[in-house]
Amino acid sequence: MYRTQLQKALRLPRVSQHHARTVPLQARAAFSTSGRRDIMGMTGFTEEQLTVREAISHICSKFPNTYWQERDQEEKDPKEFHAALAKDGWLGIALPESLGGAGLGISEATMMMQTITQSGAGMAGAQSIHANVYATQPLAKFGSKEQLETTIPNIINGTWRTCFGVTEPNTGLETLKLKTLARKTDDGYSITGQKIWITCAQVASKMILLARTTPLEEVKKTSEGLSMFCIDIDRENPGLDLRKIKKMGGRAVDANEVFFDNYKIPANTLIGGENEGFKIILHGMNAERCLLAGEALGLGYAALEKASQYARDRVVFGRPIGQNQGVAHPLADAFMKLEAAKLATYHAARLYDTNDSSVPFHEIGVACNSAKYLAAEAAFTACERAVLAHGGMGYAMEYDVERYMRECFVPRIAPVSREMILNYVSEKVLELPRSY
Amino acid sequence: MSGLRILVPVKRVIDYAIKPRINKAQTGVETAGVKHSLNPFDELSIEEAVRLRERKGPIKVEDILALSAGGPKCPDVLRTAMAMGADRAFHIDVPEKGDGGPEPLTIAKMLQAVVKEQNVNLVLLGKQAIDGDQGQTGQMLAGLLGWPQTTQASKVEIKDEAGTVEVTHEVDGGVETLRAKLPMVITTDLRLNEPRYASLPNIMKAKKKPLEKKTLADLGVEDTRRLKTLKVTGMLFPVLDFISFLVLALIRFRDAEPPPRKGGGKVEDVDGLVGKLKELGAL
Repeated sequence: MYRTQLQKALRLPRVSQHHARTVPLQARAAFSTSGRRDIMGMTGFTEEQLTVREAISHICSKFPNTYWQERDQEEKDPKEFHAALAKDGWLGIALPESLGGAGLGISEATMMMQTITQSGAGMAGAQSIHANVYATQPLAKFGSKEQLETTIPNIINGTWRTCFGVTEPNTGLETLKLKTLARKTDDGYSITGQKIWITCAQVASKMILLARTTPLEEVKKTSEGLSMFCIDIDRENPGLDLRKIKKMGGRAVDANEVFFDNYKIPANTLIGGENEGFKIILHGMNAERCLLAGEALGLGYAALEKASQYARDRVVFGRPIGQNQGVAHPLADAFMKLEAAKLATYHAARLYDTNDSSVPFHEIGVACNSAKYLAAEAAFTACERAVLAHGGMGYAMEYDVERYMRECFVPRIAPVSREMILNYVSEKVLELPRSY
Repeated sequence: MSGLRILVPVKRVIDYAIKPRINKAQTGVETAGVKHSLNPFDELSIEEAVRLRERKGPIKVEDILALSAGGPKCPDVLRTAMAMGADRAFHIDVPEKGDGGPEPLTIAKMLQAVVKEQNVNLVLLGKQAIDGDQGQTGQMLAGLLGWPQTTQASKVEIKDEAGTVEVTHEVDGGVETLRAKLPMVITTDLRLNEPRYASLPNIMKAKKKPLEKKTLADLGVEDTRRLKTLKVTGMLFPVLDFISFLVLALIRFRDAEPPPRKGGGKVEDVDGLVGKLKELGAL
């Protein structure tokens, strides 16, 4: 059995060829052939989920931690990573087969996102494709034939990237109060207003936009009067201004303030019916929570793998620091929290995919929100303890855990805060009076 | 020749990146709970079959049949092969007995039966499986069929419609090009190609491709053993691994051609010759 060295020698060229284009020399060493087993429990996943995990791991192995360190530091978009996933059809994972997608569900898409963050790509890797996976869901379901035929294939094959334009500066959680106005003109709409935290707007060519087509004062219920559009991002147009936000983590991927000032769009950009936008957007929200939960899990497991590796290797007072229970127990505790959150996450995804009337809608909402909450908290615990287990080295960029730590705040804050999830569960499950 | 009907036998082995552990009884390696994947050399064979189709050479590829013999997990690697581009697959169900599976001759006989039954005219096999490292199956199959064979191919080219095939393989200090006629057996080596990753649409399509289950008995082959594994130990392997690694590294970093020879010197007379030989320490 002369596999090890021979196999290393035979496989390395295949990997390093890719590296030659995308990453510096030192990255070659990052290709691990030690083949440690996954610390995450792998039982209970479906065959599809395991297939997805395996295939995505292959692609991610071409993008080692050093690639992401560099992109994070230089705030450079990981376009090669997006292109690699698009080339092999992964952006269409949850889109119907009739539109060129794979027709898989959120259970598989969640596994894909988890595998991406867990590979070391972190939230930056996930966010570089995130919107292309979930913001296209309402488009696929409610879009016109023309929209589907022109847009979806180009998003799947990576020609067009898309971003999701919902959040506004003064209406973060109060989506219903959003103010961006799409005023009807002779041949379409004219948009005026402001959006914030729009990820990938600098590199996207499309935006799925939620805007008000009937002013707030004129609607009976706040959930009325919103419409959804799939618009072009024309950076040359003076009616559009994009401003990058400097941020804590995931620096490879841009987040923006977007200003619209009489930005004209054609009538055929409307998705579904006018004033039906809120109904349409609700469709994607639970799916997004599942994906975020998966992304958080991946980040947590990645941090914990690094921490346990370091605790095994680092010797102080003549023994590995991991032999000290003061180091070991917090990591063991973080592991159990991740495993529990994992069960909650894939349970929620399964409920979402079940799509039959036997599961009440609010139960899906509770499951998806709980999953996002639990996974984000478990990831935070794992990342924080990973930094501490590394001691001073945890503060060094080279050891990656500080990057994971910075990024793990994203799933804690977005797309909905922890507090709002607690409010939701208090009200919907425990039937306590609403506090806001 | 009407069309190429290619058979690609594949094996499910412990993943190349995993360090195998010897079992307690010293009869083999631990396989339970260990990640398995498609034997890397077989990946090259599948890739080459698919490339032969994509190249649109003088003979059209009519069928690519992947085949694997083994336990209930075998379909995993067959799906991978189909996701890479094989059209259909046979799973020859051989119960796992912890004895390392059927011997090469049994496999070769089984392949011989499939070749006849399925009217195959080209068999592409990995030169060896990275678990048993026997490297015998391809050669035995060629013998049983009475077909020409080229081993350890680094390039395969179909030259004309009559079925002339040119195969290159690497030998010491260079490459050797061989010509043969279909039907034939080719075993594949590392530098033949760079296997692709299966794309998501192809993974999905592979689920719908036909996978037929058969037994050795269906093919009229008996699983007889001629060899008995006495003992498997771990001590020597790291050393052997290291040696093979060094040899490989030397080959990889050496130029394709040996360094040019320096021209010889001329001597005037016998005395000069003797002097020169003494100088070089030959006398």
